[in-house]
Amino acid sequence: MKHLISTLDLDRQDLEGLLDLANNFAGVLKRPIPKVPALRGKTVVMAFFEDSTRTRTSFDLAARRLSADVVNFSASQSSTRKGESLRDTVETIGAMGVDAIVVRHSSSGAPQQIAQWTGASVINAGDGWHQHPTQALLDAFTITDRFGSLDGLSIAVCGDIQHSRVARSNVDAFTKLGASVTLVGPKTLMPPDTGDWPATVTTNLDDVLADLDVVYLLRIQQERLSSGLFPSVREYRSRWGLTVERSARLRSDALIMHPGPMNRGVEIDPEVADDSRSVVLDQVAAGVPVRMAVLYRVLGPGQFDALTPDDEPEVVDDADGDQVDGDGGPSTRQLVRSASAPDSGSDSSASHLEEVS
Amino acid sequence: MTTLALVGADVVDQNGRRRQDVVIDRNTGRIVDLETAQAAEQVDVAGCIVSPGFVDLHAHLRQPGNEAAETIESGSRAAALGGYTAVVAMPNTNPCMDSAAVVSEVIAWRATALCEIKPSAAITVGREGTTLAPMGELVDLGVRLFTDDGTGVQDDQLMRRALEYAASLTPDDGTEVVLSQHCEVNALSQGGVMHEGRWSASLGLGGQPAEAEELMVMRDIALSRLTGMRVHLQHLSTAGSVEMVRAAKTAGHPVTAEATPHHFTLTDACCASYDPVFKVHPPLRTEADVAAVKAGLGDGTIDAIATDHAPHTPDTKELPFDQAPPGMLGLETALALALTELDLDLVDLIRLMSVRPAEIAGLAGHQGRPVEPGEPANLVVFDPDAGWTIDRGALASLSVNTPFHGKQVRGKVRHTIFNGEAVVRNGKATR
Repeated sequence: MKHLISTLDLDRQDLEGLLDLANNFAGVLKRPIPKVPALRGKTVVMAFFEDSTRTRTSFDLAARRLSADVVNFSASQSSTRKGESLRDTVETIGAMGVDAIVVRHSSSGAPQQIAQWTGASVINAGDGWHQHPTQALLDAFTITDRFGSLDGLSIAVCGDIQHSRVARSNVDAFTKLGASVTLVGPKTLMPPDTGDWPATVTTNLDDVLADLDVVYLLRIQQERLSSGLFPSVREYRSRWGLTVERSARLRSDALIMHPGPMNRGVEIDPEVADDSRSVVLDQVAAGVPVRMAVLYRVLGPGQFDALTPDDEPEVVDDADGDQVDGDGGPSTRQLVRSASAPDSGSDSSASHLEEVS
Repeated sequence: MTTLALVGADVVDQNGRRRQDVVIDRNTGRIVDLETAQAAEQVDVAGCIVSPGFVDLHAHLRQPGNEAAETIESGSRAAALGGYTAVVAMPNTNPCMDSAAVVSEVIAWRATALCEIKPSAAITVGREGTTLAPMGELVDLGVRLFTDDGTGVQDDQLMRRALEYAASLTPDDGTEVVLSQHCEVNALSQGGVMHEGRWSASLGLGGQPAEAEELMVMRDIALSRLTGMRVHLQHLSTAGSVEMVRAAKTAGHPVTAEATPHHFTLTDACCASYDPVFKVHPPLRTEADVAAVKAGLGDGTIDAIATDHAPHTPDTKELPFDQAPPGMLGLETALALALTELDLDLVDLIRLMSVRPAEIAGLAGHQGRPVEPGEPANLVVFDPDAGWTIDRGALASLSVNTPFHGKQVRGKVRHTIFNGEAVVRNGKATR
């Protein structure tokens, strides 16, 4: 896999492969030193043309857990605001010699364009209203963790579907993994034509609530209100919000999901956000192993065989193990580098996934 | 030798198709009788078609204001290579062609051109849709076509007044003034960067519904009925628009319309590449719309093929799709696309590309004329069967934003004669 631009480029096998890999990395993250040298020597640029603290932090951690060097490229500090073309910006980043560019952009399609202009791998961290493939993966991971698989599950995605990259990637990934998906929301927040979408559409949340395995709520942005797509927050909540009353009609084993950040009291009542069925924090937690899996699949040494938690870890300075990155001191870097010299390079075995310490 | 003889070709014009050699007097710039052919330089054009030169109702030549993308000279060279002998230059320059000062400047620059450049002018000051431009003054400078192209006149009352005022301006040469509309209701298209439909839904791009165009087509037909004035509708792109124009013509309203090569060849599916070379206003529509535009061209509902030639420098097209400017090149590829994609009789093709647009633009006195002795020698010679591959690097335009790069087409311009001068010979511009 050279790039990850869209879930549409992945089939069921690809998705399951990434989820399995993420599961292995979740194991790594439970170790005392939650770090492996798999991507040592690789450089990952976080090119966030649109601000996103959560997603950036999650990708950043994932890359560091794999021992990659991480560089931040923030659009607010860059020349993109000085009228430079996207291509010039991308070629500038590429000229510095990087292995992967993690792209967040407010324009749909930007990662796909960028992939044409760079030799580096491009990972889409959310583009416009288009796609957010790692969100889909971490959501599928969270659901799989609870139900074992998505096969046969009934999932409703409720809210602002039209302006949601999460909706586009999740509907695709969920249905490929065997779930049936219903889109719920007012017609003003629906895409103009859902004929190609593998989902049914309803405007009435109450009609579907009782049968759901998962209710997935999308964030309502203030600008949708100001552009007149619904009359008021109060009215939105009364019809499409997951209120306490509605949550009482959800099954006891149903999951309540939200990509965050939540508008408590709008699409989800505060009490419901903290309900025992809410897995919002599990979704956030799943972000790191899932993004490790994506980075590893894109930059790693090829086919992943098995993760072998090493019973006899190489002996390195363990105390500094998880500070090995761009801002680690020279001494730390030297220690780790010398310790793992034997498997630096490009061998394709699971040794890359051995613990740093 | 002051005469040039085009020997061996078929002539196609409004009088049909026939075997006929054509002799041109370079001094007078006119077609002359065959008897003088002995003294002529003979050019073998066997297998080719000689027709009146093409007339484009709609090209953006970018001068003044964006000379990095195109100039009157470079745009006219592209036009001549495409077989055009006249081009109506759109007024959305910077500064806008809304005053005698700017239009006079454009008129001065056309001395550099390889074809006739007919300036249009804005309907409203600054194309802002609030105050009428000094149309009378501009008519006196030779402007016959007014448009706020790039945007439509949103205000119904202002558009009515513009039509009525234009009707009051009667040029001495007997031609008429025409208002030409970019049909788009901004409130409905707002935020849209492509056609609204299944593709915009999956690509996560804002859409412009077909109805954003159709509502203004509908309004302008109504205003034409109200005022009795001619309205020319630019770049029709939807099946609904074509149907409304068809009905308006049947009802006898003085409405004319044009369509672009890209709207009869490409669909919104092209946008899936997110390549801004496919971004254009009005946007690429569905297959059903493409079929309707083709049918409208075939049955005469649509009067003219117009290019909407819209050069943009590469850096502006290397932005995200929603940020890039709309528009694509057209002058050098229109003939080949029409021959390749439209199943038209050549007489109909010449009507669409020369005769009717010359009439609409007020140029019918010397453009789009029959190929007969005594007529001005504004001619194109093309081989309708010659195959070639469109190469953006080989175009004369200063810009490269053609969506047809790499496309196999047939139909190649050999020679273009402008006022008796061979401005294109053997597919090469002579200056």
